[in-house]
Amino acid sequence: MPQLDFGNPLMIAQIVWLLIIFGVLYFVLSTYALPRVEEVLEDRRRRIEGDLEAAQAAKAEADAAIAAHRDATAKARAEAQAAIAAAMQSATQEAAQRSEALAARLAEQVAAAEARIAAARDSAMGALRQVSTETAEALLQRLTGQSESAAVAAAVDRALTARGQG
Amino acid sequence: MAAETGTIDALSQFQLTPVLGPVGAAVGFSQSNAHMLLAAGLITALIMFGMSARAVVPGRLQSLAEASYEFVHDLVVGQVGDEGKRFFPFVFTLFMFVLFGNMLGLFPYAFTYTSHIAVTFGLAAIVFVLITVVALSLHGRKFFGYFFPEGAPLWLAPIIIPVEIVSYLSRPVSLSIRLFANMVAGHVMLKVFATFVVLLGGLGAIGPLVAVLPLSVNIALVGFEVLVAFLQAYVFAILTSIYLHDAVHLH
Repeated sequence: MPQLDFGNPLMIAQIVWLLIIFGVLYFVLSTYALPRVEEVLEDRRRRIEGDLEAAQAAKAEADAAIAAHRDATAKARAEAQAAIAAAMQSATQEAAQRSEALAARLAEQVAAAEARIAAARDSAMGALRQVSTETAEALLQRLTGQSESAAVAAAVDRALTARGQG
Repeated sequence: MAAETGTIDALSQFQLTPVLGPVGAAVGFSQSNAHMLLAAGLITALIMFGMSARAVVPGRLQSLAEASYEFVHDLVVGQVGDEGKRFFPFVFTLFMFVLFGNMLGLFPYAFTYTSHIAVTFGLAAIVFVLITVVALSLHGRKFFGYFFPEGAPLWLAPIIIPVEIVSYLSRPVSLSIRLFANMVAGHVMLKVFATFVVLLGGLGAIGPLVAVLPLSVNIALVGFEVLVAFLQAYVFAILTSIYLHDAVHLH
């Protein structure tokens, strides 16, 4: 087996060259090559992190905007409801007021009319006694040729009282 | 060629020969070292050219460079913890050097430097020296408590301490022999079956038909060897990380 031929001078030289080549490779990789890879990886990691952060910030912003929009909508709706309610109330009030005023005026007119009617009837009733008394006296005069105005007045009174008009 | 003489010579592929003419011969620069140099150049090129674009969205070569970086980084940090970050360049160099050595050896006419026990033991010795120096510098004399676990009965000390010392000293041996044996076995098998293909192919009319059998075995073996090449590099790196964990945390 040539690998176990340690008398071969090439064997020692192989190890010496191995140490030299391995040492140089280690130096080159650790000094120049690997920091370069690390730099790129770190840069990428930072960039991804930054992008994620920006995306998160944008999402938070959008969420805030949506919340503000929702708040504004709710507020506007509430305002509109309040305005409708107020308008309804004032309209109802006004209608009630108006109908009340109308009712009052109508009641007033009814009362005035009733008073006029009562006055007319009273005056009519007042005239009735006089007319019936004069009529009765005139009839009596024509029939009997005498006038008994006291008895006629008493009879008219009685008759009127009997009819409930006294 | 072995096949021409009718014998199977599976071991001459591991023979060291000087390259680069008289200069190489003078400094003992063998084809093994040339392959080491090639591997080191390829590793450096992979990282340097791969990362030259410094793209946020990586291309193919950059993805490969980053994947190898993150694979070893996760391995080291996963085993050793955050203290392991300063050992990452070492484990990365080790992993890539072994991986490229194993993979380059699978190419025709290439030499597998990880099939030399001297090379694998040299790498394991670097690991052994590193873990011992790290443990001593971090823990001072408390490091020697590693060989006698706390809470063990004192009368067991004469048994436990030699066992622990032997197991500690056998780390570089097992580390190097595992890689060496896997590589040698794989390449010997490939060579033996390749020789079968040539020998059987020469057997007249039915030769080519019979030779298909060892050829298909060899095709399967190459796929298997690719797996072994990666796996052994991974095992080397993860065992180094485990030893570093022991050195940093002492148990």
